[in-house]
Amino acid sequence: MADTYQTQTAGSQWLGRAVLYALLVVFAVYYLMPLFVMVTTSVKTLDDIRAGNLIALPQEISFAAWFKAWGTACIGVECNGLKGNFLNSVSFVVPAVLISTLVGAFNGYVLTMWRFRGSDVLFTMLLLGCFIPFQVILLPMAQTLGYLGIANSIPGLIFVHVVYGLAFTTLFFRNFYVTVPSDLTKAARIDGAGFFTIFWRIILPLSPAIIVVSVIWQFTQIWNDFLFGVVFSSGDRQPITVALNNLVNTSTGVKEYNVDMSAAIIAGLPTLFVYIVAGKYFLRGLTAGAVKG
Amino acid sequence: MTTAANASSLDRPHKRFADYLETALPKIVLGPTLLIALIFIYGFIIWTGWLSFTESRLLPRYELTGFVQYISLFENERWWVALRNLGIFGGLFIVVCLVVGLLLAILLDQRIRAEGFLRAIYLYPMALSFIVTGTAWRWILNPGLGLQNLVRQMGFENFTFDWIVTPGMSIYTVVIAGAWQSTGFVMALFLAGLRGVDDAIIKAAQVDGASPTRIYTSIIIPSLRPVFFSALIILSHIAIKSFDLVMALTGGGPGFSSDLPATFMYTFAFNRNQIGLGAASAIIMLMTVVAIIVPLMYSETRRTHR
Repeated sequence: MADTYQTQTAGSQWLGRAVLYALLVVFAVYYLMPLFVMVTTSVKTLDDIRAGNLIALPQEISFAAWFKAWGTACIGVECNGLKGNFLNSVSFVVPAVLISTLVGAFNGYVLTMWRFRGSDVLFTMLLLGCFIPFQVILLPMAQTLGYLGIANSIPGLIFVHVVYGLAFTTLFFRNFYVTVPSDLTKAARIDGAGFFTIFWRIILPLSPAIIVVSVIWQFTQIWNDFLFGVVFSSGDRQPITVALNNLVNTSTGVKEYNVDMSAAIIAGLPTLFVYIVAGKYFLRGLTAGAVKG
Repeated sequence: MTTAANASSLDRPHKRFADYLETALPKIVLGPTLLIALIFIYGFIIWTGWLSFTESRLLPRYELTGFVQYISLFENERWWVALRNLGIFGGLFIVVCLVVGLLLAILLDQRIRAEGFLRAIYLYPMALSFIVTGTAWRWILNPGLGLQNLVRQMGFENFTFDWIVTPGMSIYTVVIAGAWQSTGFVMALFLAGLRGVDDAIIKAAQVDGASPTRIYTSIIIPSLRPVFFSALIILSHIAIKSFDLVMALTGGGPGFSSDLPATFMYTFAFNRNQIGLGAASAIIMLMTVVAIIVPLMYSETRRTHR
């Protein structure tokens, strides 16, 4: 009796594990399916796409669509592919990420180590900036960029992304520096170290992890942005996300799905790469930005 | 002793300036950011609010004309479609993400082999732009060569799945793509929450003979309440400001059947030269965010402080 009972539970336990793993694999397939479809479609020829189906493997692998998406695909009337827009994105994402991270680090440092009367109120005020729907600032910002003479320019995009990224970077650094024991800086201050000395000598050496989190978060957000790009830039100044959307919506002649998919992969590759290389930090940024925000 | 005292008294005038600098420096460093927040967040909200009470069309005008824009906004059929779509999309998107996210987190929490690998697969869509996601799903969901064609080739010749080109159904494709992108994130939040549950309580329940289901429904899931709140806040925030996904997936179409408030605002403010109306819709969006998120945050902080 005891024996059969034992084997039964072992059996049902085995069954349970099998169902569990089956479910997990089904979900994994579901999440991977769009990526698989994108990659296979991008290396198929148009005839292959029409003859086969969504999940059929390519008859032969051709990178022609990739080259076309990069160099010669038509976006509107211009037929120069995505390469210019890719470089646009790089040229405003890099400065915007670096500036917003640096300023965020200083802000976080002040808000934890050099608190003054009212600094908590100011922090809360800044935090609310994370929550506004950006639609509410688009019209005034479009005007202001015009006044400043940086409408439809790379400096304009840098400016906008820095301004609306500061709330997040400040939040990251502030929440990180709160955990640094204040004795550390108090001792340094008694020894006569000043504001910047403490920052460079004590705080910054503690910060690599949070800097990586902030850089990755900002990079992903700014690279993937569409709203600011589509509103504040036009023509050959547009970032890659806007160009991708225009490329897909450009309807001249035959619809080239393989080029669309190659373009989508090109636009997604940088952030995907960052995710694969530094997924741990990516997740930390997500949860830190989310839970505490 | 005396030398030290002498030294400090000699230093005094010099030190006073340094002291002054030391106390002012933090404020000087924080100043620009605060100025930026004041102007570019709060000032701009007031500016947009002002515009919403004017008859601005192609160019902004600043003579106040009362609630004209709000009245025409709520008489606009397209705005009602956008609001209805926000209800459908927001509701389904949040429920699907919460349910599937929690399910995945619980499944992953069963001492799974290759957990890190699976987690990375569920989460990678979060690294992509909604434009990339939209482009991919637009191809998958297109009836001609996409999923419908695939199932028909498999022998189900009458299978029809053309929501993306069907008015009234296209908003549901936005839910499909949006949930695909965001569930992994909710899973990560729940998984972190599950790992934080006190093992001692679970062991005690096991000793008392509680079944695993019972342990989940009566102990673990209720203790995840704060995670539910954070997830709810983030998901409703994503839903209300959803713009890119609709633009890439359906372009708001067919017609304007899958418009959301964000695409409505963009279309009227920037393509149709109706600045006043666009501003009014933006203010309604802000008020929606405030109306949903503030009570959620308030109830959550009050609960944790008690």
